[in-house]
Amino acid sequence: MDPIIRVRELYKVFGPNPQEGLRLIEDGLDKDTIFERTGNTVGVKDCNLDIAEGEIFVVMGLSGSGKSTLVRLLNRLIEPTAGTVEVRGRDVTRMSQRELIRLRSEDLAMVFQSFALMPHKTVIDNAALGLEIAGVGRARRRERALEALDQVGLKAHARSYPDELSGGMQQRVGLARALATDPSIMLMDEAFSALDPLIRTEMQDRLLDLQREHRRTVVFISHDLDEAIRIGDRIAIMQGGEVVQVGTPKEIILDPANEYVRSFFHGVDITQVFQARDIMDSETIPVLAADTTAGEARSRIARVPGNEAVIVDAAGRFQSVVQAKRLGELTVDRPASEVAVEVEPVGEDTPLANLPGRAAQAPVSIPVVDAEGQFRGLVTLQRLVEALDRSRNAAAANGDH
Amino acid sequence: MEGRINIPVGDWIETAVDWILDNLEPALDGIAWFLGLLTNSFEGALLAIPAWLLVLILVGLSWWRVSWRFGIFAIVALGLILGMDLWEPTIKTLSLVLAATAVALAIGMPVGVAMARSDWVEASIRPVLDLMQTMPPFVYLIPAAIFFGLGTVPGAIATVVFCMPPVVRLTNLGIRQVNREQIEAGLAFGCNRRQLLTKIQLPLAMPSIMAGINQTIMLALSMVVIASMIGAGGLGNTVLTGIQRLDVGLGFEGGLGVVILAILLDRITQSVGLRRKASG
Repeated sequence: MDPIIRVRELYKVFGPNPQEGLRLIEDGLDKDTIFERTGNTVGVKDCNLDIAEGEIFVVMGLSGSGKSTLVRLLNRLIEPTAGTVEVRGRDVTRMSQRELIRLRSEDLAMVFQSFALMPHKTVIDNAALGLEIAGVGRARRRERALEALDQVGLKAHARSYPDELSGGMQQRVGLARALATDPSIMLMDEAFSALDPLIRTEMQDRLLDLQREHRRTVVFISHDLDEAIRIGDRIAIMQGGEVVQVGTPKEIILDPANEYVRSFFHGVDITQVFQARDIMDSETIPVLAADTTAGEARSRIARVPGNEAVIVDAAGRFQSVVQAKRLGELTVDRPASEVAVEVEPVGEDTPLANLPGRAAQAPVSIPVVDAEGQFRGLVTLQRLVEALDRSRNAAAANGDH
Repeated sequence: MEGRINIPVGDWIETAVDWILDNLEPALDGIAWFLGLLTNSFEGALLAIPAWLLVLILVGLSWWRVSWRFGIFAIVALGLILGMDLWEPTIKTLSLVLAATAVALAIGMPVGVAMARSDWVEASIRPVLDLMQTMPPFVYLIPAAIFFGLGTVPGAIATVVFCMPPVVRLTNLGIRQVNREQIEAGLAFGCNRRQLLTKIQLPLAMPSIMAGINQTIMLALSMVVIASMIGAGGLGNTVLTGIQRLDVGLGFEGGLGVVILAILLDRITQSVGLRRKASG
């Protein structure tokens, strides 16, 4: 599928003579040298991104890494110095003012770090701002604003003024304002960074809930790795105006591109990133029907490296785990299920951090099922210990810096 | 004295004034006609209302917008004006202030907006504003009297020139001080330039603009008193008569009328900028 946003060779140079700055970048000079020589600041340098429809794409970096500039280049609040930004195949950098305004009011909403609400307007009129600008009639836009407020749980406060609300509630108004125009892309610039940690987590959950109801493409700027891992389908890491790595949270944690990327993981609990599905054995486990005999079960287990099999019902739903050594207690024609151990399976997205507790409760490996109860794989003790050991090592290595 | 350098700035100004008189007479007549109409309509309207009703309106406004204490002050103060038999000059002064302020706002606010939008415009207008504000107000009386003769109209013109700078400055300042993310929010939701001004910048700059309007009204009031020297009439005339006759009592009565008008106008216009919060 074509990406909804495609960024190619995008540059932004601030200062007295951006074109000269651009030339010096091509000559291979670094950001600091260019600033010393010409007074030009390199904001974004040779950025190439493909953002897929419906994903939450997090752009992460320290302050000054160019991430806020990058997001403003996407809706051209900042004019790029060179390069292209395509939204659904249309080049934003070449649009006329008229086309640009249309794109912004119909397709690209934005949420700001400082909320940027209008203090003289009520919550409902703030939420309706985008529609008001687009020329939607008063009754219609209030109706849609109210729906958006309902989505963020603020319907009851529609008649309040922003300064009567807490920070978290104000940002929910900001979110409602973006949702009210029903955009397909939301640009969120450090949207939750000004909120205290508890409220921030609540807002992240709310965003994920909203995504479940209606998937939109979200470009989320953040400097907080925990936030990026929590909500991001993919993360781009920026350093000095350049995108140094793009990947899923796991890819980036397992294989950081450089020291800068690695330094982000300092103190991050990696066992929260990995889930049961990442470490389970889904290939070699024999899956048996409920009426399988002990003899057949033994021969099936003998053909694989492990010493366990699982029993599923006719619909493929997980029932129990059988171990080779317990099957020896039965004569070959008895049903294997007589010695099977019934354990509670875990979901595929159970965090690695929760698995050791489960392993301690049952004498067998931990079965993993999907949302319908279908068997997906087993987390054996050996795999669990290996994974824990690996993430502990990774944390230690990252923590050294 | 031989050899003394003498740059004839005064001569140049006189030449310019002569040129304007010779060549721009229709324009001057137009301005005079318009300002005369404006002041006379305000005055006519305000005098058409019975004094007791106008007092009631002003007291009600003070009570509602400011506080009940200020409402009581308004009753006493306006009663005093009526008691001193200064009602008519007070109304004349008030209408001059209103007319001059209306014109000053109509010109000043767009100029302020233009300054906020362009650094170049700001840089060129700023010295003009400085000049307008630091020039002794009496100086405006001379060209005003030359162009428009004596009476209400030249008084109003001099007042407009003198009272315009605050609203220009504070409109410019207010718009420039609007938070960057709020501007970006407007743009990100698809504002064009006009919408950005009317939906984002002006509303957010309103407290600052209201402060400018308040200052403009105050300056207009002080200038209207001075303008009585070229026959603008009103309370200033009462004061002037007091000075000419060395009548301390009369001068003080006129002065008191000005003070009362100033306090009422100041407090009532200040309250307009504040949002009245819904209770609860």
